[in-house]
Formats: sequence, structure tokens, C-alpha cells
Amino acid sequence: MIEVRNVSKSYFRAGQEIKVLINLSLSLKEGSFTALMGPSGSGKSTLLNLIAGIDKPDSGDIFINQKKISKMSESELSKWRAHNIGFIFQFYNLIPVLNAIENVELPLQLFNFGKTKRREKALDALTKVGLLDRLDHKPNELSGGQQQRVAIARALVTEASIIVADEPTGDLDRSSAEEVLKLLQILNTSQKRTIVMVTHDPKAAEKASSLVSLEKGQLIGDKLF
Amino acid sequence: MIFFNLLRHPVRSLLTIFGLIVATLSFGLLSTVVDAWYAGAEGASSARLIVRSSISLIFPLPISHRERIEKLEGISQVSWSRWFGGVYKKPKNFFPQFAVDPKSYLSIYPEYLVPKKQKESFFRDKRSTLIGRKIAEEHNLNLGDLMVLDGQIFPGKWEFLVAGIYDGKDNITDTAQMFFHWDYLNEEIRKRSILRDKEAAGVFIVEINEIKDAASISMAIDELFKNSPTETYTETEKAFQLGFVAMTEAIVVAIRLVSYVVIMIIMAVMANTMSMTSRERISEYATIRAIGFSPIFLVKLILLESLFLSFLGGAFGILLTFPAASLFSSATGTLFPVFEVSQVTVFSQILLVILTGFVASLFPCINAIKINITTGLRSI
Repeated sequence: MIEVRNVSKSYFRAGQEIKVLINLSLSLKEGSFTALMGPSGSGKSTLLNLIAGIDKPDSGDIFINQKKISKMSESELSKWRAHNIGFIFQFYNLIPVLNAIENVELPLQLFNFGKTKRREKALDALTKVGLLDRLDHKPNELSGGQQQRVAIARALVTEASIIVADEPTGDLDRSSAEEVLKLLQILNTSQKRTIVMVTHDPKAAEKASSLVSLEKGQLIGDKLF
Repeated sequence: MIFFNLLRHPVRSLLTIFGLIVATLSFGLLSTVVDAWYAGAEGASSARLIVRSSISLIFPLPISHRERIEKLEGISQVSWSRWFGGVYKKPKNFFPQFAVDPKSYLSIYPEYLVPKKQKESFFRDKRSTLIGRKIAEEHNLNLGDLMVLDGQIFPGKWEFLVAGIYDGKDNITDTAQMFFHWDYLNEEIRKRSILRDKEAAGVFIVEINEIKDAASISMAIDELFKNSPTETYTETEKAFQLGFVAMTEAIVVAIRLVSYVVIMIIMAVMANTMSMTSRERISEYATIRAIGFSPIFLVKLILLESLFLSFLGGAFGILLTFPAASLFSSATGTLFPVFEVSQVTVFSQILLVILTGFVASLFPCINAIKINITTGLRSI
């Protein structure tokens, strides 16, 4: 269960305060697949970052599975993220010097797994995204769609209960985008992962089970598909 | 990951490593030059006193001083030498030449190791000479060879037969000196009517029984000749040698300064490399932080990469210092009688390498600790 209570967040640009989120409250059920939509500057990515614990609200609270993450220290948040959040970024954000399997293994270094166990888990995750034949390939040797699938494998390998995806199809062609969205749907339905996805693409949003719309830092509507 | 990171920009890494090799090597060589400067003082003994003219070293002392000095308490033996200042073949072939009293001189300097037969041969023949191993090797001289020196202070051609070649007891013993009979020089001054003092020594070398008595004996010697036309100034051999170094201290300071500048330059180069590297990887660092790694992990990543780079260059630099010093020593001939890369120099080089690695990673590490994940993720 993700609960955002009266959250406000501002940034200062050139000495001017820009209110990104204004007293926003939101509840997302465990196991849901939510698409966050809205025009540029509406605050959807900021909301995603707050839910993922990589940013903190100026006021208000965020509870994830009854745990108040908005007041956690940096080190507590790091540990919490490692165990609870899987990240998928628009530009994949893979480590260029590591090959596919090493990229997937990377977050497992934060767990007390031996090398064999880590490799086993990474292989399993890459099997799920259908990339067993690309284990030794570096990111620059993979297509955009394949890189995003490696990123998905990295997000799911730690068995995090929440996956946050910031424009996961934004840099992909239609067919690759379809594949990625299909994978996210499978993760949501078969593995019961809670997925929060920021997107501009209405077709991508349709794959989610619920839609949250934002405008000027405020919630303007939500609906279930 | 650290290793692969180094290979991201191979040309940049190679140039930085090359810079480190040059810097470590230069630092090592410059330190060795400074050490060579002090080598004479290092090899000097505190149990030996040098008695010279109180006016200047260039003024000789009457040989009769010896008997009076010997009578003082606490003195085990006295010898003497006189600077010759000759040219062997060409002026660039510089090496010190001393007219000495062979028996007492070699007795007072046990660090000059001469085979028994050669020593006897040297003692026997008044026209013979004893040369250091470095001179013999430099000028390809062997026992029985004739050496002709062109006298600068004592004009004329001076012929010597090589009776012995001495080695040093250790690597700080100067083996680039030539010794011959003081008697021969003294006789020739008379024979050739050279306008130089006869029956005179440049310095007296006094061996004392107890090092602790050095000051009092020095004062006693100088007191002996006070108010005479040839007053003396006595000091330990170490102080005497350091006095020579002090004359050229400005050069030593300049060399030291250059070596420190080299260190600072390479630190700046390395710091620039590491800063560029970390700036390019902000997005990766933000990703690593986002997936749950602590800032300490990033610090380790950057620090180890910096140290690894530094070690690679430094190790090659240190290894190359030895052949480079050997080449330098050959090129300079007998100018630096002792030119050895000391342990202290190697330790200083290692320290320089470690320090460079740390300093270069300092700002990138601080930036990594302070990284804002959300801003970093956007910087693609």
C-alpha cells in the first residue's frame, strides 16, 4: 500500500520558488499497476521520486506498507530502497562497463548472497525478460528494447515489491515499447509487484490497471481501467 | 568494475599513467641527485676530525703541526692530505686527487678496501697511485698502467703508476678518488722549484678515541696554534663535508623545489583526470545510489580507481628509476662518486604515489557523497 498524505514539494530555480506538488494526497493499492500522467511540469516524476525514496517532500508524509519513508535518514532510505524498490528509467541507466548479467547482478551485491547465488538469480531474471542469449553483451551492444529489458531484469532481481518506472517506453519504438509494457503487465499480474509508471503515452497508460492524472502539482483525477 | 572503468578512455588513462611514470621517475632521480650531493657527508665519520687553516682551506698548514697534534690526549692517529687538482686527459674527467701519507691515511680510512699485495706495492713505490674502482672503470685503467696528470696547482706533467685499485666498504664510500705519495709531491715541489709551500699539508685528519670528545679535542687543537701565523680550524669530518654541501645549497634547494613542483603537477593532472571521469559518470553514480548503494560505495569505487591508476604509473616509474639512475651515473662519470637510489627515495616515491591517488580522488569523492540522485539521474 502506497499512501501519499498532503505532500508538497518546491524547487528553487534562479531564485524563484516553483511549486511542483501542492498538498497532494494519494493512495495506491498493493499489487496495483498505476500510470501517472500529466503534462510536462505537472509533478508526476517528482511524485514518482518521492514514492521511490530518492527525494523527500517539503511537507506531508509518505507511507509505504505502513512505513513512513518521508522521515527516514539517507542511509535508512538507501537500505530501504535496496529491499523495496526496483527502478526502470527512460534511458535505461545501465552501467556501460558491465555486461547484461553483471548489470543485473549489481543490486544483489547489497544482499548477503554468494557469487553463485547472485549469478543464479540474475540468470533467472534475464530468463524472465527473454535475454538469456545476451548475457555477455555490454549495453552498447544491445538495442534500446533489449537494454530496457536488462533494466527490468535488474529491477525485479531483488524481488522488490514496488517497481517505479519513469517513462520506460519513452525512448523505444512501438514494438519494443509493447514488449516492455507486456513484461511490466506480467510482473504485475503473475508476481503481484506494485508498479508505478510515469508516462506521456496514453497507449502505455492503457496497459496499467489505474490512471492518476496530475496538473500543476495537483491531482485532477484517477480512474480504474 | 574499477578495472573496466580504467579502460573506458584508454588514451586518457595511458597518458595519465605516462605522466605518473615521468613524475615518479623524475622525483626519484632528483632525490637521488640530492642524496648524491650529501653522499660525502653521509660517508663521513664523526670519529675523525679535520684540521685546516682558519683563514681558508686553500692555505696549507706546516707539516710540523702533526707532531704537536699527535701529543694531545684522546687522539689515536693523525694523517694528512693535500689537494692536487690535476687534469687527467681532459678537464671534464674530473675526480679528486690527494697527496697523502699512504700508511697513516689508509689506516685512518679503513673503508677503502685494498688487496694486501696492491697496498704493499703502493707503499713501496713513491711514484705509484691508488685509485678508486669508479675511476678505474670510467677510464679503463688497470694495475701497472701509467697515469699522466696535468697539474693545475702544481704545474707540469705528473706521472703515476697504478699500484692499487680500492673498493668501498659499502655503497656510500666514495670510490672516485685518487691517492698518491705526499713525499713524491713534496720532493717534486723542490726539484721543479714550484712556487708552492713545501713541507705542507692541506688538512690533517685526526682520529679520536671517543666521539664524545670531538668538541673538546677540536678546541684543544685550535688552542695549540692560536696566535701563530698558521692558526687552525678543527671540526668533525661530517661538519667539514656538510660545509662543502652548504656552499652549493642553493642548487640543492632548487633541485628539491623542482621535485616538489613535479609532485604538484602530477597531482593536478591526476585530479583533473579523476574529476573529468567522475563528472562523466554522474548519471551512473546516481543510478548506483538510487538502487540502494551508500555514498561510501561510490567513494570506494572512485578512490580505488584513482589509487589503481596511480599505482600503475607509480610502479613503472619506481622500477624505471633504477636503470635511469644507472644511466645517469654513467653519463655523469665521476661527478657524483656515489649515485645510488636509496631506500628512502623508494619509500618517498611510494608515498608520493599513494598521496597522488588520494588527493586526485578527493574532490570526486566529495561530489559523489553530495550527489543529488534526482538531478544526477537527469544528467545524461
